[in-house]
Amino acid sequence: MSVRHAILALLSEGPKYGLQLRQEFEARTGEVWPLNVGQVYTTLQRLERDGLVESGEADGRPHEGAQKGYRITAPGRRELVDWLTKPLDDPQPPRDELLIKVLIAVQVPGVEVHDVIQVHRRHLVETMQRYTAVKASASELDVALALVVDAELYRIEGAVRWLDTAEVRLRQHTLHIPEIADETPALLAKRANSVVAAGQRSARRRAVQR
Amino acid sequence: MSVLRMVQVSKVYGGGAAAVHALRDVNLLVEAGELVAVMGPSGSGKSSMLTIAGTLEDATSGEVTVDGAAIGSMSAKDRARLRRRSIGFVFQDFNLLSGLTAAENVAMPLELDGMNARQARAAAHAALERLGVLERAAHFPDDLSGGERQRVAIARAIVGERKLLLADEPTGALDSVNSESVMRLLREACTAGAAGVVVTHEAQLASWADRVVFIRDGHLVDQTSRPAGPEALLVAGTP
Repeated sequence: MSVRHAILALLSEGPKYGLQLRQEFEARTGEVWPLNVGQVYTTLQRLERDGLVESGEADGRPHEGAQKGYRITAPGRRELVDWLTKPLDDPQPPRDELLIKVLIAVQVPGVEVHDVIQVHRRHLVETMQRYTAVKASASELDVALALVVDAELYRIEGAVRWLDTAEVRLRQHTLHIPEIADETPALLAKRANSVVAAGQRSARRRAVQR
Repeated sequence: MSVLRMVQVSKVYGGGAAAVHALRDVNLLVEAGELVAVMGPSGSGKSSMLTIAGTLEDATSGEVTVDGAAIGSMSAKDRARLRRRSIGFVFQDFNLLSGLTAAENVAMPLELDGMNARQARAAAHAALERLGVLERAAHFPDDLSGGERQRVAIARAIVGERKLLLADEPTGALDSVNSESVMRLLREACTAGAAGVVVTHEAQLASWADRVVFIRDGHLVDQTSRPAGPEALLVAGTP
């Protein structure tokens, strides 16, 4: 989350005071990301140092007591547009603990992988229920809140769908992992990690070749 | 008293070596005001649960009661009356009659149940207004958008104060925002006092329910506990 660019975006609408920036930032992110005043002023100082904003009179008015007004500069506008339109970095696949747990569950004697999958699915759906309750209790017109909650719901739903798919794959096919004589948890985890890493390298290499 | 009560319900299609066990000893109670989602993959038995709860087909064994009435011992005529008066269905493909207007589609179950046409039409208009599509009352289904058609189908399901709402993948091919509206409306109908069961394979839709039960190979294998409350999510650093 770039507070720096969020502040530039708010200032692109017109000059504003620091406290006003904090209030508008929170209102527009559905009040889900609290921002302290210190963060706002530190960010503004850096933006001013970099020539992206300038302080002084805000809204054509002189300073109001201790409050300083800020306005965006032309380089600030360019920086904002560049950030908005720059594609996200091609992310390295994250180290996914859920994936590791499922891979290990396949190997551990006495553990039923489908039970492990269901425990995680239930937990994720319960979390989704709580997020949906946030949305359900708010007005359909609270778009900022809906966008924030949707982002989290889709992220969690992705994990649920992966579990659903994993369950079907593991019913249809057996996962072949080379046997190791000494089945200590550390070795199992190491082996699962190496399976994940190899899979990610392979998937990434093929994606780049396409 | 539970509006829907399924006790040790099993359903077997066919016989002998070709027998398919769609449901195995399913137990489910749904209270008034409660929305329950049944979540499972294709072929897990979730649609069979719904058709048996809706008296559209019989269980092979077990007991099903709807609004206190045991449906196993009912005549076909009594079952039909129960469906018209107490049970509302929402299907994936809407199932609206193309030769009737939106209002006529919604009024139809009431008229079939003996209500005079004027009263049925008034009740239909009230239901369409509740769902925000009153201005489309005189339009035929083919003239409505997918979202409007599904709202009309929900109006038909809730008209006449039904006790039990049954929905089978009710958002069909709707986009995600229209799907959310459908779930919001079903949620509201349950908050107003109906008991609801929605079957789906989508976690997003299931998350609108008070309780999610998971079905696998005809067994109810697990269920969510009642959520702790949304406020727990809204703390600094989350998400």
